[in-house]
Amino acid sequence: MPEHTFILNGERVTVDIEDDVRLLWVLRDVLGVTGPKYGCGLGVCQACTSHINGKAFNPCSVPVKDVGTDDEITTIEGLPATVGKDLHPMQEAWLENDVAQCGYCQPGQIMTAVAKVRQARQEGREINEADLDEIRNVCRCGTYHRIREAIQAGAKKY
Amino acid sequence: MTDADERSVRQAEASEPVGVGRRRFLGYVLAASTLTVAAELGEAALAPNEAAAAVPSLPGPAEIYDLNDMLTHATLPTANLITIRVDPDGTASFALPRAEVGQGITTSSAMLIAEELDLPLDRIRITLVDARPELLFNQLTGGSNTTISTFTPIRVAAAVARGRLLKAAASVLGEALQTLTAKAGVITSTVTGKSLTYGELAEKAAAVTTSQEPVTLKDAGDFEVIGTAQRRIDAHEAVTGRKKFAMDLHVPDALPTMVCRPPTINGTVRSVDNLAEVRAMPGITDVVTVSTGVAVRGRTFGQCIDAVRALKVSWGPGSAEGASDATIRDELRRAELPLPSLDLLTKSVDARFTFHFASNSALETNCAIADVREGSAEIWGSLKSPIVAQEQIALKLGLPVSAVKVHVTEGGGSFGRKLFHDAAAEAAEISKAMGKPVKVMWHRTDDFRQGRAHPMATSRVRATYALGNVLTYDQRHTSVATDFGHGLGEIITSEAARLPVGDLTFSETIFALTQQTPYNFGVVTQLLSETDKGFSTGSMRNIYSPNVRCAQELVVDELARRMGKDPYAFRRSFLKEDRARAVLDKVAEVGDWGRSMPAGMAQGIALHPEYHACVAVLAEIDCRPRTTGRKVRDAYTGPRVTKVVCAVDVGLAVNPRGLEAQMMGGIMDGIAITLSSSLHLDNGHFLEGSWDEYFYTRQWNTPPELEILVMPPTTGQPGGAGELGVPATSAAVACAYGRATGTMPTTFPINHDGPLGFEPLPTTPPIPESPTDGLDRAF
Repeated sequence: MPEHTFILNGERVTVDIEDDVRLLWVLRDVLGVTGPKYGCGLGVCQACTSHINGKAFNPCSVPVKDVGTDDEITTIEGLPATVGKDLHPMQEAWLENDVAQCGYCQPGQIMTAVAKVRQARQEGREINEADLDEIRNVCRCGTYHRIREAIQAGAKKY
Repeated sequence: MTDADERSVRQAEASEPVGVGRRRFLGYVLAASTLTVAAELGEAALAPNEAAAAVPSLPGPAEIYDLNDMLTHATLPTANLITIRVDPDGTASFALPRAEVGQGITTSSAMLIAEELDLPLDRIRITLVDARPELLFNQLTGGSNTTISTFTPIRVAAAVARGRLLKAAASVLGEALQTLTAKAGVITSTVTGKSLTYGELAEKAAAVTTSQEPVTLKDAGDFEVIGTAQRRIDAHEAVTGRKKFAMDLHVPDALPTMVCRPPTINGTVRSVDNLAEVRAMPGITDVVTVSTGVAVRGRTFGQCIDAVRALKVSWGPGSAEGASDATIRDELRRAELPLPSLDLLTKSVDARFTFHFASNSALETNCAIADVREGSAEIWGSLKSPIVAQEQIALKLGLPVSAVKVHVTEGGGSFGRKLFHDAAAEAAEISKAMGKPVKVMWHRTDDFRQGRAHPMATSRVRATYALGNVLTYDQRHTSVATDFGHGLGEIITSEAARLPVGDLTFSETIFALTQQTPYNFGVVTQLLSETDKGFSTGSMRNIYSPNVRCAQELVVDELARRMGKDPYAFRRSFLKEDRARAVLDKVAEVGDWGRSMPAGMAQGIALHPEYHACVAVLAEIDCRPRTTGRKVRDAYTGPRVTKVVCAVDVGLAVNPRGLEAQMMGGIMDGIAITLSSSLHLDNGHFLEGSWDEYFYTRQWNTPPELEILVMPPTTGQPGGAGELGVPATSAAVACAYGRATGTMPTTFPINHDGPLGFEPLPTTPPIPESPTDGLDRAF
């Protein structure tokens, strides 16, 4: 069986798995990293959103063979370490705004939020209402408004 | 003397007869190694509120005794089995006999304990109880009933615990009870200043025999926790990804398992052509035929998806072969009960509304873990009727009920879906057939197409009016049958609901117990008839109300228009209840009702009373072409609700912050069912197969302005909250849309009959391949 090596939440991992298995299942079923959730497996709901080299992506839509040896995968579990804290400022904002209801989509929402803030800053500006309207993550509990408030509050923290 | 001390004294004396005063109850101290207490209900406190109905309308049944009262009363005989344990580490533990699916009941339950036990919220541990058949009705999560039915017993148990701790402290310190105060988990002597923690007292306060203890609950005026805004106790776990849902559990050897499902609703397997070939696919360990399709088990879900797609299955017909929206619409028309005949000289509003199938699919798809062995079985899943699940699974496996253990896990949303145990039953069947533990998860596409649906329905309304009064209001709601097979959480009622006659009575009972008209509209009748049992249906958040009340509020707007009245003023003058008038006034004032808006934009206002609570919603909508024409890829944009103001009175909000969250969710649901989300039925199957096809509210549909106002306590008792926001919002948005476009909408969602907004996925294979271009879309 082919071996695949990449960096997961700061640590190099190697798995034996067929090339075409999507990264989400490598994370959840093989490595036991369950923060990224399954909501569709179609790259639609964004519940599995994680980061690859700092950019948001859907592990459900990436065959493990496409992840390179030096690619850094960050899941919600590894997000606080990217800022060297127990919680990322966006997670703190999530707590302060009491965003989560069932919580199932929230790891993906937070990973998207961090990427959207970074994306806006790369364009030399802060996140705005139009950026928030672009977010595709589904929240079936309907926490959308608190998500918007938390992202704007979180962005002010760093 | 403080009131707390006074309570201790009265509790110690315990000389008064039971049932004196509204706050006096009997609890139990149970024989255990550490302090363990239980509660018994005093019936007076939970007696249904008498509705103060105004003439000329007689009160409808739901106003006097509603579904929630029935659920509350059904739990009375066994509620004394609710227990709280205090441990030597100073924490209190409570196993909640309900399902937490996002509604915040673990937090509100912890708050009730914190209040009466005088222990900080962060030292209270709430877990979910395994299925316990002896709880009978007392383990159903539904009908917005959790806080209503547990508000008193949880507090009684906590108060008993506090009393025992005080007594133990008095004994240890050698001081009189009256000299002790309890605060934040510490008991302190006001005389010597000596103190002991609850942890130090937990074992000393334990009892060797079970005994009754009288307690007096805190007066509402002394509440320090109840009524304060608290954050969810599980929020940290949620934002760090540590919160464990069923599919996150590690059960040894329970490998990922999926089912290849039929191309039409409830189709059956005739034969499988390539079993051996699929069994040999990478990672696959087992392939077996079961009642719902062909199950595959493998190392990863990804490999299961591939195996499901590779299966070549010959399928038998389903239970809705050839059915489409049009055929069901005709069937519903034929099943409509007649309206009273109309005097030709009487002015009337006549309307028929159509509500299409909708999905109550949560973001967590149907899923469960099962480990069925020779002579025993163990199940893990988020279940709102775990006793029914346990008993029916035992029956199916041919095991005694006591041999089936059912663990209730945290749920990733429910919206009615988890009242049923479809995935748990399927997992048990597959585990038995394979002889191995399985972790069964439904694919998203299956969850929409084969999962339970909110039934399609029509609502026919006729209201007559003369001389500034509404004389009659008649509504005939006709629906594809709603499955209430979960009964009241217990197998006896569950079985009764399956009987042809019993089922109809049960549905009619639920309808009668939930539907009410909040206005003085003269002679009012609201009746339900059901047709077609070929669909997998179930309650979707608030069952009939979102449709029935949306229709009613639209007719109210039309009556107001014909009678030359403002919609707000009209409602105000016809409302029966002051509480309803108060929330209506609140949103009108805060939302600036009647402000001028550009053409194509409008306000809508509506309210909804249910479960001893009342909510009003003012919505503003933008139907201008530049808004409806917004382009977002693979999405439905349409009219945008730009602002929502919501005022809610639940009698007593235990956690106003949690209540706001429930309203917010209900608002997003109401927007969805009115504007955008439905299932299209075509030739025996539903077309929607992903979240880019089933248009639940997304960020681009979310109102940029949202204000939720929690009214001060009115009744002093909590009402239902989990469903309340949906009908008021769906109605307010529909009314706003009608006023913005100049035409009363009659088909819901309003985009349903428009061009289909997506290219439907094939039905064979039943689920799509996962994309491979994820890196190209990284941002």
